[in-house]
Formats: sequence, C-alpha cells, structure tokens
Amino acid sequence: MSTIVVHVEQVGGATRRASLEVLGAARGVASSVVAVVSGDGAANAANQLGNQGADRVVVLKGAGTSPDALARDVAKVCKDTGAKGFLAASTGTGRDLAPRVAALLDSTLFADCTALAASGGSFSVKRTWLAGKLVANLTSKAPVLCATLRRNTFAPVERQASAEIVHTDASTDFKAVLKDVAAKVGGKLDVSEAPVVVSGGRGLQAPENFALLEKLAAAFGNAAVGASRAVVDMGWRPHGDQVGQTGKTVAPQLYVAVGISGAIQHLAGMKTSKVIVAINKDPEAPIFKVADYGIVGDAFEVLPALTAAVAAARAQG
Amino acid sequence: MKIVACVKRVPTTEAQAKVSADGTNIDPAGLQYTLSFYDEIAVEKAVLLKEAAGGAPEVVVLSLGPTDGSKELRECLAKGADRVLLVKDEQWAGHDARATAKLLAAQIGGLGADLALFGRVATDRDNAAVGPMVATLLGWACVTDVVALDVAGGKGVAKRESEAGIETYEFALPAVVTCQKGLAEPRTAGLKGIMAAKKKPLDEVSAAIEPNQAVVAKLELPPARPAGRIIGKGADAVPALMAALRTEAKVL
Repeated sequence: MSTIVVHVEQVGGATRRASLEVLGAARGVASSVVAVVSGDGAANAANQLGNQGADRVVVLKGAGTSPDALARDVAKVCKDTGAKGFLAASTGTGRDLAPRVAALLDSTLFADCTALAASGGSFSVKRTWLAGKLVANLTSKAPVLCATLRRNTFAPVERQASAEIVHTDASTDFKAVLKDVAAKVGGKLDVSEAPVVVSGGRGLQAPENFALLEKLAAAFGNAAVGASRAVVDMGWRPHGDQVGQTGKTVAPQLYVAVGISGAIQHLAGMKTSKVIVAINKDPEAPIFKVADYGIVGDAFEVLPALTAAVAAARAQG
Repeated sequence: MKIVACVKRVPTTEAQAKVSADGTNIDPAGLQYTLSFYDEIAVEKAVLLKEAAGGAPEVVVLSLGPTDGSKELRECLAKGADRVLLVKDEQWAGHDARATAKLLAAQIGGLGADLALFGRVATDRDNAAVGPMVATLLGWACVTDVVALDVAGGKGVAKRESEAGIETYEFALPAVVTCQKGLAEPRTAGLKGIMAAKKKPLDEVSAAIEPNQAVVAKLELPPARPAGRIIGKGADAVPALMAALRTEAKVL
C-alpha cells in the first residue's frame, strides 16, 4: 500500500467540493493520504480534513500567490513522504498545478480522469480523448502517478478521524506572482462546479433573453447559467460560461439545454451529465439524441412555466 | 526578442473516432486534421506581439508532427510567423505529455526563446499539460489560461481566467504562456501572406523522444447513453417533466 498526496483547494476555510471528491478517490487506492492546503483559511480547512479522508495535513503558510512556488512546495511534500501518487481536482487551479508538480517529479500527467484504480503496485486510470469520443484505459509507468480527477465523478468520504496537522513555511522565491483578482460578480457559481447547469443557445434569439435562464437558475438555487459556442462567439455571454470542446467540460446532476441544437462541439462538453433535459423548437435537433427528457417547444413559452414549477417544487421542499 | 508558438496537429471536431484493430490506437483512416483551436490563438498572439513591437521579434512556429502536416504549418507562415521548425515524427499523436514536454523544452531552450506561447489545451488528448511542464523543465515563469498579455522590457503581465474571476500575474521573461479563447482572434491569411509564406523557411529536424509513461491498455467507445424520450410539446409538458425529474431521475 502507498501514500498519496492530495492538493486540497479551500475558500475561506471551507474545502471545495471538488477536493473532497479527490480525497475520497485517494482514500480508495492509498493506505495513507496526505493533504496539502494553502491560502487564507487553510488552517481552518485543515481541522476538518481528517473527517474528510486525510491522515496527515500539511498547511503551507503564506502560500497562494505564485503557481510555480506552490508546485515546488507540493512536489517537496511528495518527495518527503515517498508518495506513489499525487492527485488534484480537475479545476482551473488543479489543472495549472498538476503538470508542474508532475514535471518536478519526472512523471507524466493523467488529466481529467474519470476512474482510478490500483492493483499490484501500479495505477490505472480512465479518461476521455477526442472530446469524449473515445475512452482511454491507461496504465501508469511513472515513478509517481500524477493525475487530475474530473468533478462530480468520485464520491467524497465522511468519517470520524483526526489528522496530524503540520505547518510549514511556503517557499518565497517565485517566477510568476499573483498581483490581483477581479472576483466574479455576486460570487456566481461556475458552470464547471454547479450541481445544476441551465444553458442557452441561439434559440434564445437575443442576449437579453438569457434573463429567462437566469430566473430558472435562481429558481433551482444551485444552478449556473451556461452557453453554447455560437452565443459566446456572438458576444452574448462571456467565454467562461461556454460549455463544449472549446469551453468547459461539465458533468452536473442535471443539465438543461435550451435552444441549443447540439453540435458535436457542445455535446463534447456536457454529455456525461447525469440527467440531460433538452428544450428545443426543432424535434430533429441532435440534442434530443443525448437528452433523457425532451420538450419540443418554444423556449419563451416553456421557460417561464418551468421556472414557476421549479420554484413551487422548492417551496414545498 | 524571439517568440516561439507551439502548435499541434489534431483531428477535427467532426472526426469520427475509431479504434484500431489491436484496440490500443486511434484508427487514422479517414481522419481530417487541423491545428488545435487554442494553438491558432497562440500563433496569432505571437504575430500581434511582433507587430506591436515594430516587427523586430522573430516568431518561430514549433511543432512535433508528421511531414504531411506542413500544410497547416505553411498557413502559420502566411499569417505572419517568420519560420517553422518541425520536429518530424510520424508517431506524433502517440506521445504522452512528459515525453512531448521534454522534447519541446530542449528545442525551445536551443532556440534561445524569450517567450513560448502554447494553446491552453490540445483538443485531442485534453491534457493541458505540455505548456506548464515545459516551463517547469526550463525553470521559466508560466501563466496558464491567459486572456490578456502584455510584454515589455523583459517583463510580462498576464490575465488568467479562473473560477474565482480574472487573476493578474506579473513575471520576468523568459516565460511560457498558455492561450485561452479571448486572448486573440486568429486572422485569415491574405493572398500577400500566402505568397510571402512560400519564401519563408520550414525546417525539418529529427530528435529522439523518450518512451511513454502513460501506456494505453485499451481504447474503447464510450458507453451509449440510454435512449431518452420526448415528454411532450410546449409549456403543457412541464408538469410531466417535473414528475419525471422527481420520481424517475430523482434529481429534484
């Protein structure tokens, strides 16, 4: 059995859901899980990590402003613990960090994995290639398995355990340094992490009509508003909201596609969602081929009715 | 100043993926190829930086790929790059991120580049790894997923799109930057550019590449989604949809 190091992301002392999933996945293949956590609130987050699957927690004091310094610090923890694996969430942060750590450990990277297994001392993973058109089953011959794990795919663990917490100073030399963060308006959920995503396409006809989708998202309470490439290219929605091959890959519990025809480029980003609902005027639209439930109809008629129904359902609890 | 833009030849989005007879390779029969979407942004940004600096910086397009990919590389020259360095490899699509990064890092170091631009991710393997790996191997600064970039006086400022918002980074050159949509809009090559490209150098070299650490055990088609159904038409179908989501799919 082996030690696995997990980079844990936290916001204001609360561990991100994506990192809880990675801790759960690590628990499934390792005898010892070492969590590395950094940034403001790291010490608070650390106190919970035993219950969330970590045996040991390394708190990097003063880190968080340089991605290259963070990578060196995390790689050092991997070396010091003799780790056989390093895992991070397939988030913007994780996907920035993991290849740097991998390079420092002379290991390749397995990105956005959807399955992870250990047998006979070696690791194997599953991941998709060619925009979800193929599933690759890969075996690692790397000295350290370095991987990022797709969100909403692995289950977190809950247990009663306390982890040993070690505080260590983050490295202070760096190549690139973070100077400023312009936070998102109103702390909106990102499409890649929301449990429910409601996306709009050209069928919404004008940028102001996305207000209808914003209302539906608000009715769900835990939803983010996504967009097709077509409407992002027209400047109706920001690129950060784009779902698809040249946008974000999402795998929420529920994906609602409104006025989206379902081009290959879009399907690549959402077809592993648990449940897919499509609303489209055109009964022949390709989106209906991947949808679990479809409504053929005008978005302007269906959306207000759906919003009211979702709000009523939530009010009833 | 020298700017390197790294590009990869990938199957088109519309490509039908098939598995080879031995189950461990992508069957190349009938595949159409293009430059990876984000790599075109890297080339465009390199050319824009050159133009903004009065044409002084040299823009080198670097690719690990097959000889018959030179059509896509010529196009980069037509769009304003000065020369192409192609590391010839007919097995280009089969290397893992580490092997590719080690090869490219050696080439970029050898070129004496100040700035290396990569697409944020190649659309075939979806690793988003080679850029930051190259930077780490070279000991250079690196900012990923960049939507705005200024370079002047040996320093750079880059804005990165993250889940938290837009992050601003400062760094000293040399550096690696990976390019996100929004950084630059790739131009269409004009006739003048196409004519000029014919006179620009497209050098081919060979280089040894390390064996893969990521070994393909099996490639397979993804499981098909169970067939769905049309619930109904218009707003009248909403109650039936809600019932299905609540009792059947259990997502409400």
